[in-house]
Amino acid sequence: MNANLRFWLGAAALGLALVAGLRLLGNDYGYFAGYFVLQYVVLAGAWNILGGYAGYVNFGAAGFMAAGAYSAIVVRQWLGWDLIPGIFAAAVVAGLLGLGTGYLTLRLKGVYFSIATLCLAVVLQTLVVNWDYVGGSRGAYIIHARDIPPFNSYSEMLFIVMLALAIITTGIGRAVEMSRLGRGLQAIRDNERAAEAVGVPTLRLKLVATTLCGALMGVAGAPLPYYSGYLNPEAAFSLAYAVNAIAMPLIGGAGTWAGPVIGAVLLASLQQAATVTISSALNLWIVGWMLVIFVAVAPRGILGWFRKRT
Amino acid sequence: MEFDLSLLLNGIVSGLLLGGLYAAAASGLAVSFGMLDIVNIAHPALMVTGAFTVVVLGTWLGLDPLVVAVLQAPLFYVFGIGIYNAYHHFFEKRGDEALQGLAFFFGVMFIIEVGLVMAFGPEQRFLDPSYAYTTWRIGDIDLPLRMLVPGLFAMACIGGLFLYLHRSFTGLAIAAVAQDAEALRLMAIDPVRIKRLAFGISIALASMAGGALVVVQPVEPSSGQVFIGRVFAICIMGGMASLPGCIMAALLFGVVENVTATFFGPSWSPAVAFGWLLLVLAFRPQGLFGKAA
Repeated sequence: MNANLRFWLGAAALGLALVAGLRLLGNDYGYFAGYFVLQYVVLAGAWNILGGYAGYVNFGAAGFMAAGAYSAIVVRQWLGWDLIPGIFAAAVVAGLLGLGTGYLTLRLKGVYFSIATLCLAVVLQTLVVNWDYVGGSRGAYIIHARDIPPFNSYSEMLFIVMLALAIITTGIGRAVEMSRLGRGLQAIRDNERAAEAVGVPTLRLKLVATTLCGALMGVAGAPLPYYSGYLNPEAAFSLAYAVNAIAMPLIGGAGTWAGPVIGAVLLASLQQAATVTISSALNLWIVGWMLVIFVAVAPRGILGWFRKRT
Repeated sequence: MEFDLSLLLNGIVSGLLLGGLYAAAASGLAVSFGMLDIVNIAHPALMVTGAFTVVVLGTWLGLDPLVVAVLQAPLFYVFGIGIYNAYHHFFEKRGDEALQGLAFFFGVMFIIEVGLVMAFGPEQRFLDPSYAYTTWRIGDIDLPLRMLVPGLFAMACIGGLFLYLHRSFTGLAIAAVAQDAEALRLMAIDPVRIKRLAFGISIALASMAGGALVVVQPVEPSSGQVFIGRVFAICIMGGMASLPGCIMAALLFGVVENVTATFFGPSWSPAVAFGWLLLVLAFRPQGLFGKAA
């Protein structure tokens, strides 16, 4: 309990320090870049719950994230609801998507689930492109109010929302790691048959993990249309999300709650800094190479350097 | 909409032709994924790479795309061997295939796709062979050579592969490594060497499928994405390691996808791939023609 309290207090203090620091900086770009990094903390943390603990690879981060983003758009167009209800809707839609994909494929070997998630992104994109209500291939606009009372600016509000989501996701990841669920998932990763044999309800645990993973990825995407003001399928389904969601936890250290945070902060800051100086394609290319090199040379990520081999 | 028989017939025939291309794309995967148990999700990306090199070399040499595809295949064979060596050294030997190996191939796929964008730009590339606009007609049925020739080319490639796997010593060794790698070691054959060779062949097949792809349609760096669903669905439906199963599944798949496109519009066809894949995984993971495991 004490450790839990310390984690949440520490996270809250860190969050407040970030907000205070950015306020002192007084530059909108700070919020913009901060949001960019934090959305990846959420995405990487979500991937880690399934990929890091259970060893099941979800390639469809872009698909789940776009599902969240478009849920937010639909909720806004249909019911006129704003950002926060949009985030909940995104969690439900993307979570169900994760549950459905998992239910259909998780009784087989893990690779089938991975392949299914890979295709899921392509098919969701097809659906969205053909769906005129959310703008089809032309994209959708979100018109937002300029200044919201308790916050200094719109970008500050989005930043704080994303900060809260990042802290919650990391907290969930940590809670999973400490709980029976996390231990069950780790048993699945190490030896699924043995886990099944000693009575771990493997299918149920995997389904809980896929649902949680999908929902959190959706949550990461929900504020995206508010952040960019305009969303088209090309941007929402960008491969950058899919590759970063895998690269960040693996580089930081998959299977630990802190790993994805470290990977996301490192890689996202690097990309944010690099887009200013080099082209975005080259930028992504570097991420791809880093992913390949890290999984080959340092399969336990940066955190693995500090922990002794088990 | 009134039911139109000739529309349906044409849909089926061009679906069969399209299926030939899909068979070419999936046959290499039947070797790597089906026989060697290497989940090479970069396979479609390598096919698109093959398509791009066909366009570049074909334009430069002034040759037919399919001729170029055959000529460049040895290069891709060597490239495939390089990829397998890295995969084996870092993942297979350590027993890290599941998570890290998948991430590795995903990274390779990503590097290839972004690399193609950087080298060629995101726009479409094409190389029309001399017969691109000729169409044979049999009754009501159109047989565009643009589809027929790559389809036959694909069948020839797969036929060659089939003969190689069933007649030659190394071919039989590949089939053996698929069944039991340890037994092969007992017979003093190095399973790693055989797997390396087989993986090289699968990548050479990917590049030849790329040549066929260029004839059928213009290619862009992201063309591979739609093919991931297709080739894996076909490979699984065909019963993983079986080449005849792969061809049957590909033809069936081409027909279903093309008939869907004819009646509902082409923008829906990627959805077919995923729908099939999910249905197959949920109800017949051993494949349409495979035996229960």
